[in-house]
Amino acid sequence: MHTAMLRCQSLGRTYRSGGRDLTVLKDITFSLEPGGFLAILGPSGSGKTTLLGLLAGLDRPSTGSVHLDGQDLGALNEDQRARVRAEKIGFVFQAFQLIPTLTAQENVRVPLELRGEPGAAGRASELLDRVGLAGREHHYPSQLSGGEQQRVALARGFSIRPKVLFADEPTGNLDAKTGATIIDLMVSLNRDLGTTLVLVTHDLDLAGRAHRTLRLADGQVVSDSAA
Amino acid sequence: MKGPGFVLRMAGRELRAAPRRLMLLTATVAIGVAALVAINSFTDNLRDSVRQQARALLGADLALVSRQPFSPRVEALLDTLSRQSRSSRVTSFAGMAYVPRTSGTRLVQVAAVEGGFPFYGEIRTDPRQAWSQLQSGRHVIVDPSLLTALDARVGDTIALGEGRFVISGTVQSAPSDAGTRFALGPRIYIPASRLDETRLLGVGSRVEYEAFFQLPGNLSAQALADRYRPPLRSERVRIRTVADDQRNLNDVLTRLTGYLGLVALIALLLGGIGVASATVVFVRQRAQSVAVLRCLGATAGAVLAIYIIEAGAMAVVGSAAGALAGVGLQRMLPGLLAGMLPVDVTPTISWSAVGLGLGMGVWVAVVFALLPLLAVRRISPLAALRRPYDAERPSHDRWWLVGAAAVAASMVALAAYQVGSWRQGAIFAGGVAAALLILWLASWLLTRAMRRWLPSGWPYVWRQGLANLHRPANQTVTLVLAIGFGAFLLGTLYLVQHNLLQQLRLTGGPARPNLVLFDIQPDQLPLVERELQTAGLVMSQPTPIVPMRMRSVKGRPVTELLASTPGRDETNRSNAWIYRREYRSTYRDSVVPSERVVAGRWTPGRASPARISIEQDLARELGVTVGDEIVWDVQGVPVISRVGSLREVNWARFEPNFFVVFSSGALESAPQTYVTLTRISDPAARGVFQRRLAERFGNVSTLDLSLLQEALERLVDRVVLAIRFMALFSLAVGTLVLIGALATSRFQRVREGALLRTLGATSGQVYRVVVAEYLSLGVLAATVALVLAAAAGWAVARFMFEGPFTLPLAPMAALTLAIVVLTVAVGLANSRDVVRRAPLEVLRDE
Repeated sequence: MHTAMLRCQSLGRTYRSGGRDLTVLKDITFSLEPGGFLAILGPSGSGKTTLLGLLAGLDRPSTGSVHLDGQDLGALNEDQRARVRAEKIGFVFQAFQLIPTLTAQENVRVPLELRGEPGAAGRASELLDRVGLAGREHHYPSQLSGGEQQRVALARGFSIRPKVLFADEPTGNLDAKTGATIIDLMVSLNRDLGTTLVLVTHDLDLAGRAHRTLRLADGQVVSDSAA
Repeated sequence: MKGPGFVLRMAGRELRAAPRRLMLLTATVAIGVAALVAINSFTDNLRDSVRQQARALLGADLALVSRQPFSPRVEALLDTLSRQSRSSRVTSFAGMAYVPRTSGTRLVQVAAVEGGFPFYGEIRTDPRQAWSQLQSGRHVIVDPSLLTALDARVGDTIALGEGRFVISGTVQSAPSDAGTRFALGPRIYIPASRLDETRLLGVGSRVEYEAFFQLPGNLSAQALADRYRPPLRSERVRIRTVADDQRNLNDVLTRLTGYLGLVALIALLLGGIGVASATVVFVRQRAQSVAVLRCLGATAGAVLAIYIIEAGAMAVVGSAAGALAGVGLQRMLPGLLAGMLPVDVTPTISWSAVGLGLGMGVWVAVVFALLPLLAVRRISPLAALRRPYDAERPSHDRWWLVGAAAVAASMVALAAYQVGSWRQGAIFAGGVAAALLILWLASWLLTRAMRRWLPSGWPYVWRQGLANLHRPANQTVTLVLAIGFGAFLLGTLYLVQHNLLQQLRLTGGPARPNLVLFDIQPDQLPLVERELQTAGLVMSQPTPIVPMRMRSVKGRPVTELLASTPGRDETNRSNAWIYRREYRSTYRDSVVPSERVVAGRWTPGRASPARISIEQDLARELGVTVGDEIVWDVQGVPVISRVGSLREVNWARFEPNFFVVFSSGALESAPQTYVTLTRISDPAARGVFQRRLAERFGNVSTLDLSLLQEALERLVDRVVLAIRFMALFSLAVGTLVLIGALATSRFQRVREGALLRTLGATSGQVYRVVVAEYLSLGVLAATVALVLAAAAGWAVARFMFEGPFTLPLAPMAALTLAIVVLTVAVGLANSRDVVRRAPLEVLRDE
């Protein structure tokens, strides 16, 4: 039995908004083995994105803990968590979130450069080639279509060979056909690189391709396919 | 781990993508730096010129100066010095000159020269040999302006007191042609051997006796000055050396250019505000990118570093461009200050000024960018996923306070450097900060008021326009600061100039005297009075003037006080001067309108010892108060007096005012002269009368106040022109900040306009929304700014020039209107795309 890549225990998050406490997540507990593919499903406002943020160390939980690759994220400060992200985590966002002032290749290079890795340019071009964007390295995001932008984001997400890749509605802004291509790419990268995938979506078809699905409603787990 | 290379690489990529409006910001920094480099480089040139020309300005290595003829003891010393060096004497005084052939008359500054003065530098004359031939006959050399005033030419006979001379040439240039020195009248050089023929050195004349020395190499002027200063001090003789003159001149000129530098600094600070406001918008636009970088593992510090480096790089580019422009501009400054500078200035590049300008530009831009940039540290990586909940941000940021303190400290330090005084630097920075704070407060109140109390009954376009003032991401504060500060600066400058000139309008009122008759001997007084009566003129009560010196104060002899007065710098008109100087006092029994008793009692009538009333500032410097005893030396006769009262005197009133007034009884028999005032409105009649007086009474001088006023006005105009020139830079920066701030919101506006038009608004309605918005902005900024300007103008008039303050309503209203119109015009120009482009085209652009 491997140790879990991602483990959370009694995770909860409460925000203060407009002078009232707003509980967005309550008592989430699960763990995910290395190389796993988890889909988190749920309607809008069910706390999917908040959970993703906590799992990736973008935010601090109000209660409970998150362990990523054996490391307790709650014990780390903001800069230490940033380092964990730089070392081990990749992201793919619904709105692509490419940096508009950087070319496709530079966007892919950013995580590599943050780690101070040599040969970032070569690796970035290789990845762009892999996602079918050879020859588009020097285009800016505004010069690419939505599907192309998301492929750049995918290349960026995988560039550091992350232990975990978090994807937040990665096909939400794309048409069905393009979305399917993106998911195919993700799955093949997951398979080839052994990356653990965490996918947030409300698309049942998409969730169906995961090894495991977690359904959220009102901030609580209502079903877990692995359970 | 992240390498330092990442931060630099990212900063480089950000710079590459820097939008055009950031180039606009670079320009705002550039303009401020240009102004600073120009003025500071010019100051360095001026110092160099003073250093090179100081010797020529004095015309000698060493000079001894006295207000009374040198005593036998001093003459003995001068003799000793003359045997070891070349020496020359100059005696200067005022007198009336006229040319018998023509009808003019003019008060002139006479310099009676003996010996080879000047030993350094050159008095250039036309014809060339005139100066060397001055001593060879009854020759005079005059300022060209005197020829014009008297309608005379070279070769004419000129009358000076009782003497008759031939004009042998004109002065083309002489060292020390400073602006103020000859405001009282043109100068005229005569040979000292003919001085007595003028009979102008009577009792009561203000005369300056100077002895100049050119020392051989083995004698040091400084050593001589150090050696003879103490003994000469009690003889009331001042020593001037080249080094003293250079230091004093540098002090005065540095103060002048220092103030001009402050005006330049305002341009740079305005640029800083522009940088800060653009950075706020920039951070807002980059929030998503920052959140993504944070998701990808960049630390908050690394992201901050990226943008600081970017700001720094743009500041370097802007400052370098500014420094280059400044070097060019510097060439314009000598022309601008022409006539005010005692030295010829050759513009050369001052590398220290260039370096300093670069440093100041980069520093100001980075410090002002830092405050808003600190916000990038607080952008949560979570923002890449969704909009943050409102309470997630910590409200306190220690670093923000550090940044704000850095901005404040920078302002004080830069201003202090520019004027060379911490105190004045702090006052300047405090004043600027107060003005900015009040403008900020006004804009804050405006947005608050618009949010709360915008009447729902108003027409739609007005409600929409005014609501724009407080919408999210509005530019109200930046616009009010940029427009308001520019208007404040312009308004203050105008008011100071207006009031200064107002104060100079000595002959303004129809009843105000415009002609002063002085040096009237007692026996001439009835004759002069009759002359005035025949001419049908009203004259003021003649005021007696008795020249005197202090012999002792509160029992301590002045010689002792002078010997113990600290400071080797004799030219410093401080303590030593109040003991050494000649007092021209009067006696009377009543208080005049321009003075007010502030301590003790005004006691008319005879008393023993005599009662005196002293001007309060002088009393403070002398350390005397009511009841103290001062003994005076009146032409060798001791006169004992007791301080009976202290007075506040309004020196701005052009009337005969006195530091010391005696009660009647003590001075009636002392040697004295009279001064009286009259008014002749017609300039021609004034000339005729002066001429008749000069012909009949050679020693009586008349001072035409309207001429004096003209000379002073010319000087004020010069200074104001120079200040305006520097203020132009602030105005340019203010306009750029205004355009920059408007451009930032342009895209949003075009979209809103398109949406409004899609919903059925006509282009006229869209324009009216814009007008409503900018009209309210312009009115608010201009009104607050001009109220501030009135306060600042009042403070300057009251405390710096100690005169009355008037607010010229019509020009101020015109200024307000101009600012409002400009604001609305720029706003409309910025919005022309709103109606020019089809709504659909804009909406598709998304």
